Amino acid sequence: MSGMGEMNLAALLPEMILALAAVGALLLGSWTPRERQWIVRLFVAVALLSGLAATLLAAAGASGPTSGVHTVDTATHAVRAAVLVGTLATVLLAADTFADHPRESEFYVLLLLGALGTVALAGATDLLVLAVAYLLASIPLYALVGFAKDGPGTEAALKFYLLGALSGILLLTGAALLLGAGGTTGYAGLAGALPGAPRALVAAGVVAVLAGLLFKAGGVPLHFWVPDVTQGAPVPVAAFVTTVPKIGALVALYRLGDQVLAKAPLDWALLAGLLAAASMTLGNLGAFFQTDARRLLAYSTVSQVGYLLMAAAAVGGRAGLAEPGLLFYLGAYLAANLGAFAVVCALRARTLEEHTGLFRRHPWLALSLVVCLLSLVGTPPTAVFVGKLALFTAALDAGLGRLMVLAAANTVASLFYYLRWILPLFRASAPAEAAKTASAPWSTGVAITAAVASLGMGIVAGPVLSLL
Amino acid sequence: MLSIVVFLPLLAGLALLVVPRPRDTAVAWTWVTVASLDLVLVLGLWVNYPTTTGSAEGAMGAFAYETHLRWIPSIGAGYHVGVDGFSLPLLAMTAVLFLACAVHSLRQRRRTRAHAVLFLFLQTVSMGLFSALDLLLFFVFFDLSIVGMYFVIAGWGHGRATRSATQFFLYTFLGSLALLLGFIGLYVASDPRTFDMVELTRQSPLEGQELAGGLVLLAIGIGLAVKTPTVPFHTWLPPAHTDAPAVGSAILAGVLLKMGAYGFVRIAMPILPGAWSEYAMVLVVVGVTSVLYGALVALAQTDFKRMVAYTSVNHMGYVLLGLGAAGLATADEARAATLAVTGGVTQMVSHGLLTGALFLLAGVLHDRAGTYDMGSYGGLAAKAPLFATLAALAFFGSLGLPGLSGFIAEFQIFAGSLGPVPVPTALALLGILVTAALFLRALQRLFLGGPGPRTSRISDLSVRETAAIAPLLALSVAIGLLPHFLLDRIEPAARALAALVAG
Repeated sequence: MSGMGEMNLAALLPEMILALAAVGALLLGSWTPRERQWIVRLFVAVALLSGLAATLLAAAGASGPTSGVHTVDTATHAVRAAVLVGTLATVLLAADTFADHPRESEFYVLLLLGALGTVALAGATDLLVLAVAYLLASIPLYALVGFAKDGPGTEAALKFYLLGALSGILLLTGAALLLGAGGTTGYAGLAGALPGAPRALVAAGVVAVLAGLLFKAGGVPLHFWVPDVTQGAPVPVAAFVTTVPKIGALVALYRLGDQVLAKAPLDWALLAGLLAAASMTLGNLGAFFQTDARRLLAYSTVSQVGYLLMAAAAVGGRAGLAEPGLLFYLGAYLAANLGAFAVVCALRARTLEEHTGLFRRHPWLALSLVVCLLSLVGTPPTAVFVGKLALFTAALDAGLGRLMVLAAANTVASLFYYLRWILPLFRASAPAEAAKTASAPWSTGVAITAAVASLGMGIVAGPVLSLL
Repeated sequence: MLSIVVFLPLLAGLALLVVPRPRDTAVAWTWVTVASLDLVLVLGLWVNYPTTTGSAEGAMGAFAYETHLRWIPSIGAGYHVGVDGFSLPLLAMTAVLFLACAVHSLRQRRRTRAHAVLFLFLQTVSMGLFSALDLLLFFVFFDLSIVGMYFVIAGWGHGRATRSATQFFLYTFLGSLALLLGFIGLYVASDPRTFDMVELTRQSPLEGQELAGGLVLLAIGIGLAVKTPTVPFHTWLPPAHTDAPAVGSAILAGVLLKMGAYGFVRIAMPILPGAWSEYAMVLVVVGVTSVLYGALVALAQTDFKRMVAYTSVNHMGYVLLGLGAAGLATADEARAATLAVTGGVTQMVSHGLLTGALFLLAGVLHDRAGTYDMGSYGGLAAKAPLFATLAALAFFGSLGLPGLSGFIAEFQIFAGSLGPVPVPTALALLGILVTAALFLRALQRLFLGGPGPRTSRISDLSVRETAAIAPLLALSVAIGLLPHFLLDRIEPAARALAALVAG
């Protein structure tokens, strides 16, 4: 625990806003009648927006380590902004699903706490802070997944919890092993001490810590919860769980690789590269013949983690584009994935078949879905294309040409299952299904906004990328 | 100015989308108006094009109407467009073909607005691709052309349209990603890092690095070969054409296929001249194989549209033969190389016009009688004389009869290639023979002899159809008789490129 200096609380303003908003929402919710819970929703939205404003102000100012265990840099700023936007979008999605729900305010409280944990995960520069952030980012989500108290939700929550508890313990074990190997849990100290430490001990510790982070990111081999949770949980929760915690976990992974493990006595690039290859390939294989839109999206998120892990494999200053590429890709992924989930949320359609003829019934929703799915493929000029381009370049720069070729092959393969979803949209629909969907104004708005953001971020990628 | 030409159709398309519930006729006529306006603008570019370019400055020496804006500076990609002797003819051909399709679709009543918007979008994408001078910009347009054509085939095709569309998308997307990997390879090798084609040509980043240059050329070559398409990457083409609507086929064969061939001239040859010369023999072999295979398979077809689709493989094979031969030419044969490259680019223009006309004619058959099967027709010359005349003209143009554009193109390719690669050129000449046989046979089956079971359903071309198809053939005749207005544009650029890759 070296360098535990004075805490710079002002630099942690967005985190504090999130924590206070959680407490405030809990209190406000308890004293508000059930039919007026929209007040809580408004409060949470305002809190998230002020958090976003604080983030932008902080990003414009100076950055640096707030203490020895947490740092505020470009990556932290970017994660804060992405998480706050993602949480806000989830709150809006929930406005259609959970309005006047008896426990509506609890939903927001859990959501805010999960978001706080995610942000903390990204800024951690000490294994113990990482472990605490992991718990904070996980425990509220267990409750959220089972929020509907129905069969599939409970099963999903249990699976999620058991796997999460296991990987949490692994993470703590890994931290203990690395403490034994390096004599400290701070990243700066570990970076200096690990090159001289026993190789087997370091490897065991790293693999265990990775297990925790991969669980949060939903990457192979700890991805087994992803399809069940995505299908079983309420759609807004599924959107949040498969999108937002990933952002924190992947940045934490990158930071760990970049600051500690790039020079450690194990082949980090090989390890991360193998994990990336496994994630993108197995995720794609799993997605191929899914008939449920949510399961398809679930496996697609697993494969996206694979592409994102390419950045973690290209650490150590060998590729200048790795970090900006990762951050940009995360933002692009956030928009595209949330957009796709927003369409699912707005339609209450479950199987791909039920989307038949959507273009006739809801042309704007259908177009948004097409944009978001093509964005997930990485078709130019959407944002994910720029992210993929940056990460491909980073991989080639870091001498990982084969990984880049594999990622390109996987991109082509992924097109197949996204097309399976896009095709029915334009077919003529059976008349029975025409009137089935209820109106969901908030989800529709989120979907269209996400699609526009996906396109816009791609076209004006220059200024955005130069900020990162 | 150039950017207006590129983005005018897209803006018009967006405007059409915003207008609440426009009448179908209004949409159709707006589309025709916009396409005509764009053609007029391209003609303006043509007339004002400075003729003194392409001296000793290299293939990327001078571009007219250049615009260079920053786009994603942190990865060295910019919005860089400009035209030279290679892109200008293709831009003009694209504008002409899209106008023909707009006219042909005047009576199209299946989701008229979406149809028009999609084609306007495709026009922007095609114009953008032929004027892009930045690899990333090129790639964006390249990929978007696939997306646009996918929706055309899936939305307005017939038969097993969704299946063909998916196959088309997957196959060409695979090619485009190979292309992207090649581009990233070029980017990583360049110093300072850039995606700018002009800058990359100046740097020639992989010159002398045998393995890396070969790999990058392989990736780019596969990407472009899928799109061109050449044997063995052509298998997506026949189903896509068979099931696409007539105007979709015309654009797919006339414009989108050229993107592959154009990519060789614009990217692969000038940026990787050393690797191109090194592996030019591979391209010659692929080209000759495409010529012979395409012609022989086309000979075996009974479906008119499939036959035309396979002749596309054959015709694009000539282009590849010419470009490959230019890479194998020695320094003394620079003139031959120039001739071969000029012929290749002329062939792109000529093939665009003729195939566009042929696919529109095929669409006429399908509109009237619901089948492309040549056995169902016969004796059409008496029933539909105008149709028969135009089709015969297109057939003769395609088989390379003197006086039409195909002859000008193929003659130059053969004359230029004979010196550097005599045996493959002689083999490719056989392709002309087979093509002549198959077109004459098709002529006989469709137009002569007794009437077939569906001949009675064919009426002659309407004014609208004639107005769409006849100008394409008239241009082909114009190029055939007075090739200079076209060759004067192409030749300086071809000379500079030949100097780069020959010897």
